[in-house]
Amino acid sequence: MRFVLRRAGFFLLTLWAAVTLNFFLPRMMPGNPAIAMMGKFRGKVGAQELQTLEQIFGADSKQSLPAQYVHYLGDIFTGNFGTSLFYYPSPVIDVVRGAIPWTLGLVGVTVILAFVLGTGIGIISAWRRGGLFDSLAPPLLVIASAIPYFWVGMMFILIFGLKLQWLPWSGGMNLTDSPAWTPSFIGDVVEHALLPGLALLITTIGTWTLTMRNNMVTTLADDYVRMARAKGLRPHRIMLNYAARNAILPNLTGFAMSLGFVVSGAILIEYVFNYPGVGYMLLQAVENEDYPLMQALFLLITVAVLVAILLADIATAIFDPRTRTSR
Amino acid sequence: MTGRFWRALARSPKATAGAILLAAFIVLALFPGLFARDSPTAEVYARNLGPSAAHLFGTTGLGQDIFAQAVYGTRQVLEIAFGAGLASTVIAALIGVAAAYLGGFWDGALNLFTDVVLVIPLFPLLIVIAAYVHNSGTGVLIAVLTFTGWSYTARQLRSQALSLRSRDFLAAARARGERGAYIIVMEILPTMASLLIAAFLINALYDVLFASSLQFIGLGDPNSVAWGTMLYWAQNNEALQTGYYLQAIVPGAAIALLGAAFALLNYAFDEVSNPALRPVRVRRTSRLLDRIGRLARA
Repeated sequence: MRFVLRRAGFFLLTLWAAVTLNFFLPRMMPGNPAIAMMGKFRGKVGAQELQTLEQIFGADSKQSLPAQYVHYLGDIFTGNFGTSLFYYPSPVIDVVRGAIPWTLGLVGVTVILAFVLGTGIGIISAWRRGGLFDSLAPPLLVIASAIPYFWVGMMFILIFGLKLQWLPWSGGMNLTDSPAWTPSFIGDVVEHALLPGLALLITTIGTWTLTMRNNMVTTLADDYVRMARAKGLRPHRIMLNYAARNAILPNLTGFAMSLGFVVSGAILIEYVFNYPGVGYMLLQAVENEDYPLMQALFLLITVAVLVAILLADIATAIFDPRTRTSR
Repeated sequence: MTGRFWRALARSPKATAGAILLAAFIVLALFPGLFARDSPTAEVYARNLGPSAAHLFGTTGLGQDIFAQAVYGTRQVLEIAFGAGLASTVIAALIGVAAAYLGGFWDGALNLFTDVVLVIPLFPLLIVIAAYVHNSGTGVLIAVLTFTGWSYTARQLRSQALSLRSRDFLAAARARGERGAYIIVMEILPTMASLLIAAFLINALYDVLFASSLQFIGLGDPNSVAWGTMLYWAQNNEALQTGYYLQAIVPGAAIALLGAAFALLNYAFDEVSNPALRPVRVRRTSRLLDRIGRLARA
C-alpha cells in the first residue's frame, strides 16, 4: 500500500511538472511565440476568447508572473483549456474529446498485442538461446528498431495501400459512413485501423522482446530454475512458470520506458495515415499554430502515459511481493 | 576496458557490421564532394526525373539531384547524432554519478528529478518545444535533444555507480583527500567506459530518429539539406501517391542504415560488457543431427 501511495505521489508531482512546463515554455522563448500567434487571430475570434487566451499565454501584462501561474493552474484543474483557434469556436476540450476514442482503440489494442507477442518472442529466444530463432529474431528486431516509425508507415502505404490495394491507408473510416454500432461500420473502422496498427506493432515489438529476452537469460541461470530442471519438471513448465514468470516483472516495470516509444510511434503513424486520433490532431494544432489545442493535447498525452505507468506500478505491486516489503 | 574486451568486440560480427556502416557514413559526411558532383540545393534539372546514370536516384519535385542531397545530408544528421548524443551522455554521467556518489539528500533530489524527466513523454515534448521555436536548425535541434534526452542514461549510470560506492579504490582516493569532482570524473567514470560508450550509441540512435522525425513533420528548417527534410518535401509533394517513390525511399533508407549502425554497435557492446548476455556457442550440427535422429525414431 505504501508503495502504491508513493507512486501516486510521484504521479501528482510529474503531472505538476508537465503543467508547469506548459506554462513556462512559451514564456521562456524569445518574443513569446504564443503572443505573436495571438496577433494573427485578432479580429477573427471573439474578444472574450482572445482575453482568456491572453491570460493563458501571458499577454495580460496587468498580472504578475506568479499571479498568472496560479490563474493558469486553476484553469487547468477546472478543465478550462480555452478555445481552439483552428476549430473556432469549439472549446479545446470538445475537440480533444472527439480524437480520444480513435487513439485509445488503435494504440490500446496495439500495445497489448505488442506486449504479448514481444514477450512471447523474448521467452522463446532466451529459452532456445543460441539457436536459429535466437540468432535471427533479436538482431532483426534491433535493426527494425532503427527504422523511423513514420517511414515504416510510408512503406506500408506504398506496398499494401497503393501497389497491392489490399487495405485503405488514409483516415479512420469511409467518409460516406455515419458512426453507428452496425457490423458494416465496425468492419470499416477495423479495416482502416489495420495498416496503421500493423506499422505501430512492428516498430514497438522490439523493445519488449529484447528486455524480456535479457531478463529471461538472467533468470534461466538462477538456482531455482536449475532445481526445477533437477526435479525433472516438464520443459514447458520450467520455461513459463519458473523462468518467464520471474523475468516478466522487470518487463512490466520497463513499461514506462517503452510507453514513450509507443506514444512517439503513434503520433507519427497517425500523421502518416491521416488517422483522426490525438497524435494527428497534435500535429494539426502545431501546423496551424493552434497553441491552446497543442497544450491541451500535450497534457492529455502526458496524463495518459502517467496513468498507464501507475497501473503498471500497481500491477507490479500485486504480482511481486518484493516491491511491497522492501520499501 | 582491457585488450580482451576489444578483441571480443572485434570478433563480434554485429560490431564489425556496425563499425563499417558508421565509418562509411563518416567518410560521406567529411568529403561529400568526392561522391556527389551536384550541389544538393541547385534546382537546375528537370523535375521528378526517374533514376538514370546522370541522376542515380532521380531528381526532386524542384529539380534537385536526390543522390547529392542524400550524400550532403549525411553531415547534418551526424552532427546531431554526435553532438546531442555526446552532450546528453555527459550530462547523464554527471547527474547519475553525482547522485550515487553524494548520496543522502542529493541522491534523493537528483533521482526524483531524473524520474520526472524520464516519464514525461519525450517526443510530444520535443514537438511542443520545436513548435514554439519555429524552423529549428542544427544547433537548436542539438540543444533540445540534449535537454530532453539524458534521463534514461542517468538512471542507468546511477545504479552502476551505486554498486561501486563502497569499493576500496574510492576509499583510497578519499583518504588521499581528493575532491568530490575529481573522484567522480577521474576515478568513477573511467571504470564505466564501456557502459558510457553503449549509452552514447543508443542516445545517438534516438537523436537521429527524433531529429529526422521532427524534420519530417515540418518542425525543422525546411531549407536545410537533411534526410528528414527530404522526407518532409517528399510527403508534401505526395511523392508516394504520384509514383516518385525514390524521393521517399532514399532518405528513409539512409536514416535506417545509420540507425542500424548505431543499434548494432550498441547491441555488440551490451553483449561484450555484460557476460550474462554473451552469445553461447551451440554445436548446431549436432543439435540438428539430434533432431533428425529423433524424427527418424518417431
